[in-house]
Amino acid sequence: MSAGGWAGALLVAGLVALALAGDDVSGYRFDAQDTEHALEGPSAAHWMGADALGRDLFARVAEGGRVSLLVAIGSTAVAMLIGIVYGAVSGYVGGRLDGWMMRAVDAVYSLPDVLVIVLLTEVFHGVLDAVPDLYRRLLALVLALGLVGWVSVARLVRGLILQAREEAWVEAARAVGVRGPRMLLRHILPNVSGPILVTATLRVPSAILAESIVSFIGLGIQPPFSSWGVLASDGFAAMRSYPHLILFPGLAILVSLFALHLLGESLRERLDPRQRS
Amino acid sequence: MIRYTAARLLQAIPVLLVVATVTFALLRLLPGGPFDREKALPPVILANIEARYHLDEPVARQYARYLAGLVRGDFGPSYKYPGRDVADILRDSFPVSIQLGAAALVLAMLLGVGAGLAAGMRAGTLQDRAIIGLTLLGISVPSFVLGAALVLGVALRFGWPPAGLWESPAYALLPALTLAAFPTAYIAQLTRTSVIEVAGRDFVRTARAKGVSEARVRWVHVLRNALLAVVTYFGPLLAMLLTGSFVVEQIFAIPGMGRFFVTAVTNRDYPLVMGVTLVYAALIVLSNLAVDLVYGWLDPRIRLAGDES
Repeated sequence: MSAGGWAGALLVAGLVALALAGDDVSGYRFDAQDTEHALEGPSAAHWMGADALGRDLFARVAEGGRVSLLVAIGSTAVAMLIGIVYGAVSGYVGGRLDGWMMRAVDAVYSLPDVLVIVLLTEVFHGVLDAVPDLYRRLLALVLALGLVGWVSVARLVRGLILQAREEAWVEAARAVGVRGPRMLLRHILPNVSGPILVTATLRVPSAILAESIVSFIGLGIQPPFSSWGVLASDGFAAMRSYPHLILFPGLAILVSLFALHLLGESLRERLDPRQRS
Repeated sequence: MIRYTAARLLQAIPVLLVVATVTFALLRLLPGGPFDREKALPPVILANIEARYHLDEPVARQYARYLAGLVRGDFGPSYKYPGRDVADILRDSFPVSIQLGAAALVLAMLLGVGAGLAAGMRAGTLQDRAIIGLTLLGISVPSFVLGAALVLGVALRFGWPPAGLWESPAYALLPALTLAAFPTAYIAQLTRTSVIEVAGRDFVRTARAKGVSEARVRWVHVLRNALLAVVTYFGPLLAMLLTGSFVVEQIFAIPGMGRFFVTAVTNRDYPLVMGVTLVYAALIVLSNLAVDLVYGWLDPRIRLAGDES
């Protein structure tokens, strides 16, 4: 892997560690109020400053990161699962079914995605009333982001499978009697897993971004949870007087997206044979 | 060509019908109604309001009524802004969103293609690396962070350009820059990859072999073919801009469609949500059609299906 790829991987690992251990590193709980230091800028006591209620911003950014990363990884898993199954069936079965399935994908592509994410989040939030109130919004976002994100995965997987079907080793496997699901699961999919992994890596940053946008406009994550988008939204309202409140959550998003893109692109160079020169 | 365009336009109708149906269904699944207040209205009044907007009818009937209205260009009344109908609101906010989007589109195209060429034509140099780094930064910065930085670092510091509202072309400057950042970086990456890929093809070698000057090879042979790939991404690019305009309108308090959508969702203003979603979807469908047409015109090798000439 390239130097950039390693740098990206290291940064990602650092961010995840920080999100998991934020409270312990800063020594403050994310919801502990220290009103004497409310709205103060960065200092030795509060590394990223404190918010209007005197909560340590570093601990809040770490806690928000936990939610942002959880939502992004969860929704990526949903999108990958749907996309792989859909694309594999469409590409492997082929024929008329493939034509119809791809037309459906085209229709989903012409939906304005943030609008649909917002609507789906609201719908899932209403429908999933069996889930405890606290986690309902989180789960709703994961499902909404996943249900919008799968189409590009499906297209990619279908293309990969169409390509693989023409190759000699598939013909060889067929000649010795491999058929149907076994061919797909044991032979074709493992052989195209490289580009699929790359796509999964690159879906995570776009999910982080989408979640932060929806949360920023106030329709995503809701209290008592926060995410980087929620923190940025709070900070935006007060940015003239207290710029640190938007600076640090914004930087957290920026650095994590940058790191994940670095990692994803360098994985692509290594694992995607079409990119090799 | 005309026949093909007409056929494609006809194909757009079922797509938009699907969008309308899905959105309609989603909205009726939402918890809470448009007239829920913290203090509940007396049942008689609520029943009266619901009858006024036909919300007391069966859902299938409401759906039929809505579609029948759409055909006549009637998007229904807004629940939140009594006395205004959705078509009226869209007439005011659509041009604003389009102006913002167009300004960002031009910016992104010029800067993106320029940066992509500067990198791709000198692949492997320091200049190339610097541009790659910048494009990575460009696709990593969320619009609300860039918007905040521009407001704090430029508008508030120098008092110009204005950082909110929508009154003269100067008001478009910061929002358009904010909106253009992501697509610019994206186009730059595409252009760079495409230039490098085209430069390795056989016809370029042929051109060099028969003695075409290096400058001509680069700026005519490579450039024209490399830009072809960029045109293909025009459709997704427009979708990207539309999606982005949402947040940017929110940040800079611009009275475009995106802002109305956000409040409309919270207020359960069904017709307004439907109207905005349909207009966005129509724009995406039309831009995809435009891309296909331009592509066929730019690259004569592509014969359009249904166009025999």
